[in-house]
Amino acid sequence: MSTTASPTGPLLSLRDVHVSFPGRRRRARTEVLKGIDLDVRPAETLGLVGESGSGKTTIGRAILGLVPVASGTITFDGERIDTATAARRRALSRDLQVIFQDPYTSLNPSLTVGDTLAEPLVAQGGDARATRARIAALLDRVHLPADAAHRLPREFSGGQRQRVAIARALALRPRLVVCDEPVSALDLTTQRTILDLLLEIQEETAVAYLFVSHDLSVVRCMSHRVAVIHRGRIVETGESAQVTEHPEHPYTRTLLLSAPVADVAEQRRRRAARAAAAGDF
Amino acid sequence: MLRLVARRLAGGAVLLLVISLLSYLLLSIPDNDVGRQLLGQGADQAAVDAKNAALGLDRPALVQYADWLSHAVRGDLGTSWFTSEDVTQTIANRLPVTVSLMLGVTLVTAVLSFLLGVWAGVRRGAVDRFVQVLGVAGYALPGFLVTLVLVLVFAVKLGWFPAIGYTPFDESPGGWLSTITLPVASLSVASIAGVSQQVRGAVIDVLRQDYVRTLRARGLSMPRIVLKHVLRNASAPALVLLGLQFVGLLGGAVLVEQIFGLPGIGSMTVTYTARGDIPVIMALVMLTVLGVVLINLVTDVLIGWLNPKARL
Amino acid sequence: MREGVQRRGAFGRLVRNPLGAASLLVLALLVLAVALAPLLASQGPQAASLAHAFDGPSGGHPLGMDSAGRDVLSRILYGGRTTLGGAVVSVAIALVLGVPAGLYAGYRAGRFDAAASWTADLVMALPAMVVLLASRAILGSNVWVLMVVLGFLVAPSFFRLVRGIVADVRGEPYVDAARVSGLSDLRIVARHVLIVVRGPVIIQVALVAGLAIGLQAGLEFLGVGSGSTATWGAMLNEAFQNIQRSPVLLLWPGLALGVTTGALVLLATALRDALEDRAGTPPRRRRADALVPADVSRDDRAELLSIRGLAVAYARPDGTEAEVVHGVDLDVRPGEIVGLVGESGSGKTQTAFSVLGILPDGGHVTRGSVIVAGQEVAGLPERRHRRLRGTTVAYVPQEPMSNLDPAFTIGSQLVEPMRHVMGLSRKDAAARALDLLRMVEIPEPEQVLRRFPHQISGGMAQRVLIAGAMSCDPALLIADEPTTALDVRVQADVLDLLRRLQAERGLGVLLVTHNLGVVADLCDRVAVMNGGRIVETGPTDRVLRDPQDPYTRRLLDAVLDDAPPRAPWRPVEARSETA
Repeated sequence: MSTTASPTGPLLSLRDVHVSFPGRRRRARTEVLKGIDLDVRPAETLGLVGESGSGKTTIGRAILGLVPVASGTITFDGERIDTATAARRRALSRDLQVIFQDPYTSLNPSLTVGDTLAEPLVAQGGDARATRARIAALLDRVHLPADAAHRLPREFSGGQRQRVAIARALALRPRLVVCDEPVSALDLTTQRTILDLLLEIQEETAVAYLFVSHDLSVVRCMSHRVAVIHRGRIVETGESAQVTEHPEHPYTRTLLLSAPVADVAEQRRRRAARAAAAGDF
Repeated sequence: MLRLVARRLAGGAVLLLVISLLSYLLLSIPDNDVGRQLLGQGADQAAVDAKNAALGLDRPALVQYADWLSHAVRGDLGTSWFTSEDVTQTIANRLPVTVSLMLGVTLVTAVLSFLLGVWAGVRRGAVDRFVQVLGVAGYALPGFLVTLVLVLVFAVKLGWFPAIGYTPFDESPGGWLSTITLPVASLSVASIAGVSQQVRGAVIDVLRQDYVRTLRARGLSMPRIVLKHVLRNASAPALVLLGLQFVGLLGGAVLVEQIFGLPGIGSMTVTYTARGDIPVIMALVMLTVLGVVLINLVTDVLIGWLNPKARL
Repeated sequence: MREGVQRRGAFGRLVRNPLGAASLLVLALLVLAVALAPLLASQGPQAASLAHAFDGPSGGHPLGMDSAGRDVLSRILYGGRTTLGGAVVSVAIALVLGVPAGLYAGYRAGRFDAAASWTADLVMALPAMVVLLASRAILGSNVWVLMVVLGFLVAPSFFRLVRGIVADVRGEPYVDAARVSGLSDLRIVARHVLIVVRGPVIIQVALVAGLAIGLQAGLEFLGVGSGSTATWGAMLNEAFQNIQRSPVLLLWPGLALGVTTGALVLLATALRDALEDRAGTPPRRRRADALVPADVSRDDRAELLSIRGLAVAYARPDGTEAEVVHGVDLDVRPGEIVGLVGESGSGKTQTAFSVLGILPDGGHVTRGSVIVAGQEVAGLPERRHRRLRGTTVAYVPQEPMSNLDPAFTIGSQLVEPMRHVMGLSRKDAAARALDLLRMVEIPEPEQVLRRFPHQISGGMAQRVLIAGAMSCDPALLIADEPTTALDVRVQADVLDLLRRLQAERGLGVLLVTHNLGVVADLCDRVAVMNGGRIVETGPTDRVLRDPQDPYTRRLLDAVLDDAPPRAPWRPVEARSETA
């Protein structure tokens, strides 16, 4: 039933996806995603920018099957996955993986790094020797020492933990990884090294990323294309340079002008531009 | 808030109905020949049957229940099978004893627990260790064991209080106080142990909150912040526990009333449940469930008042 | 394998804890003694000889005889069998009912959870003693049957415990990650959930066993359940009947009961400490008298805020100290905004808290001088430092929501400090609160005053906090990451607001942040902090354009503002052809 997508066709497609959450105490359901259309092509990075509560994280969770889709379709490699059974979902984990924002809560504190990395491999039925070899290769891939496998997450810094989370996502050689704010919890200098690692891995494995972030500057240098989400709707999609330098939608423009830059003169100019545009959106 | 109260009361009524039905049917399962028990082994079968018929026991259990319910909703809980006492009247006579016991314990517990808990949470150190030891001890020792020790020391050895008996308040307030002191004290130990621990923990948690630091940064003094902000925010979990303890006191009252010979609901429970006296047992079950519903309601209203987020 | 090491570690900690070792030993001895009752006791529990009633201790009867001339030791040992056996029955039933139901309800939530939680709440609310007595009317008066009922009654405590933990764990990203890794629910529960539940359940077993033993003895004391068999509760009852004649008879069964339940609860406490691997007592706050004053002259110092050689240390549990700020110099002049920039753990927040005198417990200034508006505050007693807060130096925190007390309205939180710090009347303070909200550009200020914190947005809450900081007319504002928790558009608005207030009132601002864009936007000067030291200070424009210190350079290199946008995507095949 899975028809291999054409090399230039999308790997992942969302069409008119709606997601709603049950309201608290018998209140009406709140619609978080109001008809999302998105495409991610093989080995492409699609950046998804939005503010808190915009629904950007929910898109990632819907793709991963962590929240149910109310209507619309999600297609991966020609196969409809929003309606996949639990068993099919487990099999899909070979192709679809995730990196979460907080490296402190996304690793079980009582499992060693090796046990955490073994998890996806064992779930897909790998034998012990192959699993050990793969774990060693993964740790090497994310530039962690080999003895990291025997240590607990609490012995690592935030950046190192995020490397472990990346290694876990890569364990099954996925074709698409949802990166949900992967560097937002990290310090500036660590952030840069993690982003470089993600780019390096993409070059090598041709994995596609859905890169979710609130930070336009991060999304800009990481993504081939950028989609801007506001209140559950995509307001603008385009090439990275296009969206981040010549935005069309007023919301994108405000977003862009609101983010302060580390240059006094340039920031003064932006502030004036933002004041001039005030009321636009 | 009114809607919450109305909804809770409606829910409570349904609960009373369901539990009364279940209890009645369960209580009807053992094939107690009440007529035979009343009239003795020598009585002839016809007299026993007549007695059973007079009590309505020859009918199916569901019919009996419907009959009981139709009277109960009008406040008539029937008469005891074994003593022919009017159940509503008996309960009305005994309830004040148990309620004064429970209110006394709750009052003592609330005051002392908050004092100890806040002190321990704010000052830490020796008071803190004392509260923690008390917490362990109060939890570890069965309540009636504490009661026995108190009786042994204060009634038998020192003779400060009577070991047994009860004087109603309207007869002699002083007598009432001296007969109620030991029972209240013995029930309070475990309650204070639990609630003061809870208050201590909640106070420590609240003191770690960001807003306490911000209030300090505004120039407010620590005692003021503790009295106004910490106390209010730490009260909710303590109140929940206090509510639970209040209901749990019904259980504790059984033993304490038995030990001190207080004519309350607790000692009544012991006497009547042994014989399967359904009208009395049903009344006691209803009273307990009603107490649970009311206490939960009071706790929820208080918490809604303390914590605006919990309001509907 | 690692997990095994850990578990042994927890057991090792338990045994090394004197409380844990003692309670384990007591319980082991108890079980042994009860099991060996026929060997230890000189006669059966029922053998009576009225001639020996109330006899004191003698060779064959070390604890003496009871009111019916039966051997007390023998009755205690045999009674222990019922007691411990009954507790095992209750706990086993409660475990079997409560744990799986809790796991399922916590993991799956939904209707089963709602129904089970409702039932559990109800059962927990009922007084166990009353229910046990009532159930005696249905089930008869057999101790084992009653212990089964008790098992049902205490099952909710396991249910609630397990359900709560599982519901928490279920929301953890690592469980989501496991799901995405392709693990089945069963495997997730086995791998990630059971491991978390195990410890608390073991603790609860000890507590519930103690509770069950207490209730069982209570029932027996009332004459329920035991019939003619020897039990501790029944022995206590007999002793109580003869309390005037021989109070010592209360001692032995009372001691047996107290020691057993006490050992169980202490074991639970020790287990909790062992499993949580808790360090000893929390460090106590040190007095400021250990302060080493910095040897600095007064001339080159700014009049609003001047920090020289500031060091901050935290007490470790083992009594030593960890220094987190090692000699910081910093100045803020009136009307000047100074940025304090650094990454997490650099000590920038500790420096800011030292100025305000609100370091967390265990933290204190060990060296240096902090002068706020002419007053030395390093080592200043809390009472005098407090007088400066609000009126001279004010604080804007990072996280808007957690810094407002959820139990009070916005209005009351604004009014309270004005009344106590400035001594305004209620009416004046309320009027001023309204002006303050207008000043921070909050729409419909009258309504906002009446709202509770959870009823306003994060951006508005931050404006309220700024209004609160300005309420007593401070000269110096310490803003600790004031926009970090906000979305960029709200951040820009709040930065504008801070700039306007500063300009209108000539405020001095110390702005703690990790965001160099915020620094560029707002600050006149900037100090870069790394590892508890200031590595570079200077005018913002100069530091950002021409950083002198290698760390500042590294920081600026990591900024992505100037990084080019990524080139458009090309098909993978096309790429490998050109490569």
